[in-house]
Amino acid sequence: MPDDFLIRAAAAGIGLSIATGPLGAFVVWRRMAYFGDATAHAAILGVALALLLSFPILLGTLIVALAMALTVSWMTLRGQSADTGLGVLSYGALSAGLVAISFAPGVRVDLSAFLFGDILAVTRSDLLVVWGGSVAVAGVIVWRWSRLLLSTLSSDLAAASGINPSRESLVLTLSLALVVAVSLKVVGALLVSAMLIIPAAAARQRAHRPAVMAVVAVLIGWGATLSGLWGSLRFDTPAGPSIIVAATLIYAIMMALRSARPA
Amino acid sequence: MSLITAKDLTVSHGRKRVLEHVDFTISKGEIVTIVGPNGSGKSTLLRALLGILPGSGSVQRKPGLVVGYVPQKLSLDRSLPMPVSSFLNLPKAHSPAAQAEVLRKVGISGVEGQQIADLSGGQLQRVLLARALLSDPDILVLDEPTQGLDQMGEAAFYQLIESVRRQTGVAVLMVSHDLHVVMSASDRVICLNGHVCCEGTPHVVREAPEYRALFGHGTHGALALYQHDHDHDHAACDHSHTAPDEVQDA
Repeated sequence: MPDDFLIRAAAAGIGLSIATGPLGAFVVWRRMAYFGDATAHAAILGVALALLLSFPILLGTLIVALAMALTVSWMTLRGQSADTGLGVLSYGALSAGLVAISFAPGVRVDLSAFLFGDILAVTRSDLLVVWGGSVAVAGVIVWRWSRLLLSTLSSDLAAASGINPSRESLVLTLSLALVVAVSLKVVGALLVSAMLIIPAAAARQRAHRPAVMAVVAVLIGWGATLSGLWGSLRFDTPAGPSIIVAATLIYAIMMALRSARPA
Repeated sequence: MSLITAKDLTVSHGRKRVLEHVDFTISKGEIVTIVGPNGSGKSTLLRALLGILPGSGSVQRKPGLVVGYVPQKLSLDRSLPMPVSSFLNLPKAHSPAAQAEVLRKVGISGVEGQQIADLSGGQLQRVLLARALLSDPDILVLDEPTQGLDQMGEAAFYQLIESVRRQTGVAVLMVSHDLHVVMSASDRVICLNGHVCCEGTPHVVREAPEYRALFGHGTHGALALYQHDHDHDHAACDHSHTAPDEVQDA
C-alpha cells in the first residue's frame, strides 16, 4: 500500500489532467501556448503579492493570472503584435514576481515550489482546490463544447450561427487563469504550459476527431502523472518535472508509432 | 417582412472606409447577388449584414433568423482534427442519416470520415454548403461559392441552389464573379463599389450605365473589372475611367 502523500500526489495530478486535457487541446488548436506561459508567469507575481500583502496565495495567483490573461486577450483583440507584447508582459511579470518574493517578510520562501510545483506536499485542502477548479473548467468546456469548437475553427462561421466568438474566447481565457492558479502546487508556474500542451500534442498523433483528442489528452495526463510519480520515487528525482518528462516520453512514443505506421 | 435590412451602413477597416451609406434589404425566398470589382466591399457587406463586422448605421435581422453562411475561404489548421461528420455537427448535432442525405444532395456522398483539411477546394465548398443547408436556414449567404469548382460543378452548384430555394423557399444572398451565371440566376443584382452603384433585376442592371462602366463588354470589360477608378463621384454615379497608367488603385 503506497503512502498517503503519494496517493494525494497521484490524485492531484489525475484531477488536474481532467482540465488540462480538454483545455490543452484548445490551447494547441488556437496556438495559445505562449499565452499560457504568460498567464503562468504572472502567477509568480501573484504569489509574491499575496505573500507581501498576506492574503491567500490561491487568491493572489488567480487575480494576477486573470489580469494577465485579460490584458493579453485585449492586446490581441487590438491587433497588436502578440509575440513581442506577450514576451514583455510574460517575462516582466515573472521577474517582477521573483524580485518581489525576496521582499516577502518572515519565513524564507521556497521558490522552487512555486516554479516547479510541490506535488508530494499536496494536502487534503489542496486536493479539494485542484479537483474543484479542474472539474469546473472541464464542465464548462463540455457544456460549451460545440460553441468553443466552432469559434476555434472559424470565428466567422460561429458569428453567423449566432455564437459570439469573443465570449467563447473569454471563456477559455478565464479557464486558463483558473487552471494556472490551481495547478501551481502540482506542477508549478514554469511547467503548467507543458502539462497543457504535451498531452494534447501527443493525443493529436492518434486522434482523428476533436472530442477524441481531448479525451485521449486526459488519459495521457493520467499516464504521465502515474509514471512520473513512479519515476520520481524510483530514481529520487523532482516529482513535477518527472511528470512532464513522462508526458514527453509518451509524446515521443506516439510520434514514433505514427511514423512507423501512418494512420 | 424582410429578413435583413440595412440602412445607411458604413464600415471602415482602420481609417479606410470600405463601405459607405449602403441601404440593403432582402425578402423571403429572394435570390440577390452582389457583383463588383476586387476590393469593392462585397465580402465586407456580407459580413456586416451577418453581424460579424461592426459598422455604423443600422442592420436589422429578423428575430430568430437562421443563417446558412458559406464563407469565401476557411483557413484550416492541421492541429485540429476535424472529420466532415464532426464539422457538420457544429454547432448542432445531426443524425448520420441526415448528414448522408445532405452530402448526397450536394454531390459528395461518403466523405463523412475524411478530414476537412484533406478535401479539395471544390469538395470543401460543397461541405460548407452542406453544413449551411443542415441548419435549415431562412437565408443562405454565399461568398463566392463556386471558387474552386470546375465549370460543370459551377453549373450544378447554381442548379442545386435554385432547387433548394424551390423546395424550401430559402432566400439566397451571394457574392459572385461569374457574371453570366449571376445574370440568369438572380432575382435582383446589386452592383457594388464601396457604395451601391446600381441595383435591380438582372435585365435592368445589365442596361445600367453604371454596370457597363464597371464591367464593360468583352476583353475591355474584363480589364475594367480591375481598373475601375475608386475615386469617382458617388452622387452622380459617374464612372469616368482613367487610363490604366493613371490608375492609383490600391
